[in-house]
Amino acid sequence: MQLHQIAGNDLLLDVRNLETHFYGEDSVTRALGGISFQVKKGETLGVVGESGCGKSVTALSILRLLPKLTARTVGGQVRFHGRDLLELSDREMRKIRGDQIAMIFQEPMTSLNPVYTVGHQIAEAVQIHAKASRSVAMEKAEEMLRLVRIADPERRVNNYPHEMSGGMRQRAMIAMALACSPELLIADEPTTALDVTIQAQILRLIVDLKERTGTAVMFITHDLGVVAETCQRVIVMYAGQIVEQANVIDLFARPAHPYTQGLMRSVPDRRRGRQPRLPEIPGIVPSLREPIFGCSFAPRCPFVIDICREKTPVLRDVGSSHAAACWRAEEVMGA
Amino acid sequence: MNGPLLKVENLTKHYPLGSGIFKKSIPVIRAVEDVSFSVEAGETLCIVGESGCGKSTVARLLMRLVQPTSGRVMIDGTDIAGLKKDALHAWRRRMQMVFQDPYSSLNPRLTAGQIIAEPVENFERLSRKQRQALAADLLRKVGMSPEMMHRLPSELSGGQRQRLGIARALSLNPSLIIADEAVSALDVSVQAQILNLLLDLQLQMGIAFVFISHDLGVVEHIAHRVAVMYLGRIVELAPSEALFAKPVHPYTEALIAAAPVPDPTRIRLEAPVEGEVPSPINPPSGCAFHPRCPLAVERCRIDVPPLVPMPDGRVVACHVRAPATDIPGRLAEAGDCPLYPVAMSETLSARASRVHR
Repeated sequence: MQLHQIAGNDLLLDVRNLETHFYGEDSVTRALGGISFQVKKGETLGVVGESGCGKSVTALSILRLLPKLTARTVGGQVRFHGRDLLELSDREMRKIRGDQIAMIFQEPMTSLNPVYTVGHQIAEAVQIHAKASRSVAMEKAEEMLRLVRIADPERRVNNYPHEMSGGMRQRAMIAMALACSPELLIADEPTTALDVTIQAQILRLIVDLKERTGTAVMFITHDLGVVAETCQRVIVMYAGQIVEQANVIDLFARPAHPYTQGLMRSVPDRRRGRQPRLPEIPGIVPSLREPIFGCSFAPRCPFVIDICREKTPVLRDVGSSHAAACWRAEEVMGA
Repeated sequence: MNGPLLKVENLTKHYPLGSGIFKKSIPVIRAVEDVSFSVEAGETLCIVGESGCGKSTVARLLMRLVQPTSGRVMIDGTDIAGLKKDALHAWRRRMQMVFQDPYSSLNPRLTAGQIIAEPVENFERLSRKQRQALAADLLRKVGMSPEMMHRLPSELSGGQRQRLGIARALSLNPSLIIADEAVSALDVSVQAQILNLLLDLQLQMGIAFVFISHDLGVVEHIAHRVAVMYLGRIVELAPSEALFAKPVHPYTEALIAAAPVPDPTRIRLEAPVEGEVPSPINPPSGCAFHPRCPLAVERCRIDVPPLVPMPDGRVVACHVRAPATDIPGRLAEAGDCPLYPVAMSETLSARASRVHR
């Protein structure tokens, strides 16, 4: 089933029934249970959910960066420029990574190489993908550092990662990711490790650069506030499934899945005034090692009825460009 | 008992960087500098600030997990900063700590029941039966089933582990719990469960909390009063509602403005402050916030602003928004606070918006 099929020209990434499993000693974890979504050219798509919902696994599956020994994408397609990334050779995949699709991670210290200068690392990507000479690449590195508003870029290109603060390292990571003008930037919790005032700066930077370069961004986060401030469209994930998909205004105005609604209500929000108690989602996320019958959210859901425990709801339209996987989505939207 | 439950006076902690017998002066990290506050019984005081502001060091100083460089920590009027080991032992019953990481703060080899009973067994011998009764009772209090007492921490979810950490802290019936980022590692739906639990326990048992957090949403939800720290010092301490309704210190204002709001219709133009937190080894002269402050004037570069009491009961350390009177000696006396006409703060906020642009 295809929802809100995006016209061919606008479509950048088309993920279909992506299914990824993790293998333990005596168990299989179904981390992604066959998800489908699309990313439009130049848009910012938010991917939200709590830990273990599969949002990072989605990113790693798209880029084929899963740990080889313990995880495998067992089904589905990742179509990018008409080609299925899952079918490419390792060599072809390496050409796409960092060039057409770039990724930034939560902790910049672990994704930067400590023994090379920041300038060297940015230049390396440019040299490899753009076939630029060393000196041209170093100039590009300096230009990129200026673009991400690092003060004094002439000096900073020669800094090692440990000589930079956390916020500056994340800026350097963004500079590296954007150096080859990728068409898609996957940002996995890029501001989670940062302080709020620095987070605000980095979010502004990502939004500004996106507007300037036209790069599409897939923004993975657990923070609904961050989604509201940066994204145009959002997919909400729960237990390895997409449970809701909408443009950001509709999602926050009228969430159609009880999980999305619960998530929004459980965040302390001053606009609702001081409440004596926060509305909580009872219970915990289900284990993905056991087969799940019916809706995976049913045991925690305030809207649960008999059918929820028997038949798995599929993502269906509940409004224009708004879809939810819930038997009672219309009632949820009215609640 | 009259007076506050906890009173902290001029608490200071410097960490020397390296050591040497022959070096004349060793550089120090000024982690906590001249911090004073008090906590009433049954009250929640939140300490907020960004990393490196000294909030966790304050928690450790309160618990005497680290030794203060100077200053006093008084519980019911007794200074515990000067106590020797044996005397301190007894006071530890009065306050307990809940840590951020529910994974590393629980002994993986002990069962939940043993973890809960361990603090009590520090003070008295328990029979097997007593221990089980205690564990069952406390597990029920934190919303877990008593059968869980036989589980190991590795068999529990993150939220359950944090409940266990809270049950352990409750086991000695403390009057004060210090929670250092106790919900930061949890997912929002579980975070709401734990916050509700803490609020319930406070209502039932009259426990006071010193709650350390970087999350302003959480702080606004549970705090009675809030202390905002920047680079080792308290820059504003105010009743929660007043602080969030009208922050006075420019740093408080920036922090509140920087927090992402789950409302896509709100338009935000610029990041509220530029720059990053400076190093506590070599903090800026005068007011530590001045290099990032849109309101900074010449004086901010020179003098450290004192905490000045405001008419609504808060204290603020800012030369521009809370100027001290000419006689510095008078400011030390809290009862003698200068009163400011409301009109002044309006001109200041007009100024603030001008500078921001």
